[in-house]
Amino acid sequence: MTDYILTELMAVTAARQIKDGEIVFAGTGLPMLGAMLAQRTHAPQCCIIFQAGTVASQLAHLPMSVGDPRAMRGAATAAGLAEVFSYVLQAGRVDVGFLGGAQIDRFGNINSTSIGPDPRHPQVRFSGSGGACDIACLAQRTIIIALHEKRRLPERVDYITSPGWLEGGDSRRRAGLIRGGPSVVVTTKGVMRFRLDTKEMYLASYHPGFTARAVAEDTGFALDIEGATETPVPTADELRILREGVDPERVFLK
Amino acid sequence: MSKLIELAEAAALVPDGATISFGGFTTQRHPMAFVYELIRLKRRGLYLFGHSPGGDWDILIGAGCVKRVELAYEADEAFNTIGPRWRLAVQRGEIEWEDYSNFAMVSRFAAGAMGIPFMPIRSLLGSDVLACETLTAEQRAADPRTSPKKLHVMESPFDPNDRVVLVPAIHTEFAVLHVQKATSNGIVRVEGQTFADVQQALCAGTVIVTAEEIVAEQVLRREPERNLIPYFAVKHVCHVPFGAHPYAVFNYYDYDPRHLRLYHDGAEDDEKFHQYLQRFVFGVKCHAEYLEGIGGKARLDSLRADPGYGYRPDLKRRRLDG
Repeated sequence: MTDYILTELMAVTAARQIKDGEIVFAGTGLPMLGAMLAQRTHAPQCCIIFQAGTVASQLAHLPMSVGDPRAMRGAATAAGLAEVFSYVLQAGRVDVGFLGGAQIDRFGNINSTSIGPDPRHPQVRFSGSGGACDIACLAQRTIIIALHEKRRLPERVDYITSPGWLEGGDSRRRAGLIRGGPSVVVTTKGVMRFRLDTKEMYLASYHPGFTARAVAEDTGFALDIEGATETPVPTADELRILREGVDPERVFLK
Repeated sequence: MSKLIELAEAAALVPDGATISFGGFTTQRHPMAFVYELIRLKRRGLYLFGHSPGGDWDILIGAGCVKRVELAYEADEAFNTIGPRWRLAVQRGEIEWEDYSNFAMVSRFAAGAMGIPFMPIRSLLGSDVLACETLTAEQRAADPRTSPKKLHVMESPFDPNDRVVLVPAIHTEFAVLHVQKATSNGIVRVEGQTFADVQQALCAGTVIVTAEEIVAEQVLRREPERNLIPYFAVKHVCHVPFGAHPYAVFNYYDYDPRHLRLYHDGAEDDEKFHQYLQRFVFGVKCHAEYLEGIGGKARLDSLRADPGYGYRPDLKRRRLDG
């Protein structure tokens, strides 16, 4: 077995969710690692878009932000937020968007705004939505990356910054959202997906070193673990490309 | 007609309480030299509008210059995923704010720029960005520059089953952009991502542009399709090399990871933050002195962009002491 660290397993697992030829809306951190790795392995024709204005970057160096000059490398077009949000994201041209946050609930709703019962007087304030709410509303599907801790996976998030399946069932459609919704959640302990009818999160796989039961115990809502298997480990090739090509400076791999 | 004025002169045009937006996005092209001038002038009660600002807002908020903000995000992304002074100001109840998303804010600037009262978008439905308001009705009513309503959900008049969110137009008194090149009469060239600089400029009463280089008109008139906004929309132009430090300017210089670490290592602590302000803002008289203070020519040369990339490919962003 090849040695790897948890962030490498998460980056590889995220990369494998991207299909060749897809248009990918990537954010800073693990999503960038996943998108770059996918482009350099099984999905060479995937198109990486950053909300700050670049389309189809061929990244040579890992950006520190979606507005980084590094995002200009090899880009097919560069414009601004209005162009990307209106003509690309809102128009339905983004196949997959990445999201993260401080809290995620069992329907994949995400909070990246604040902790506490009253958002006007928060106990802890975060950066805010940025483009996350827009991606959650308007991408064809989303991949969520998260730390797996009980308090970060509550029954209900304190604030829905980015709508997932809302209350489950067809509530997302009823709210007026015409497409999208979360397809997968990659955490530090496993991979979760959503039941087709109820839209409730279930454990699809647990990472090596964990058990399905242990993952459920570290989750703040009842997590269905029926049929969960072990997450496939990274291949030697994926690890080499990730370490040598994608993030040699180990900006996010730590 | 020349619109060239000195940076200090331009900053002095902004009165206490003004509404203002700054160009750039998280880690690139913020008019930082202008921001430092506003802090030196001890401006108070500023009302900021933005999509994804970073340290430009954070230091202004920390220095006590800001009363109210409308925004989507405030942080330096991978350099710090939260703006430390923004967080403290919210948690201490020292600032008034309203949350939107990036698409909502950019659409609001665009509506203002086009002279229409609102823009319909398909985002926000089902979210608490739509359901929650942080500004009270009294706060909204007390300042006519704040929209009387945060957002409005509407069925399409052409299809009752199609729902959109109307976002209110923004008109600020000032917009300040930092760009690569400008002419003395206000033709503006941005290289790389344009962010929302176009919309922010065109919804503002007074546009001030700070530029890395002032170039001859014939240079920018050669490729007019690359020029950002009509020159008549620009009121003042300032020549400010390294005017976005510690943030990047595509084709000119990279961000400064050492300086960003210096800021973020201390910014959560009141005393250390005020030491930073004293050392880099109040303790220097002008931008030239600031640039000496952050390490002078040696530091600036180490950040200059490689022309083949538009940034510094060998720049270390982590483990800076190794």
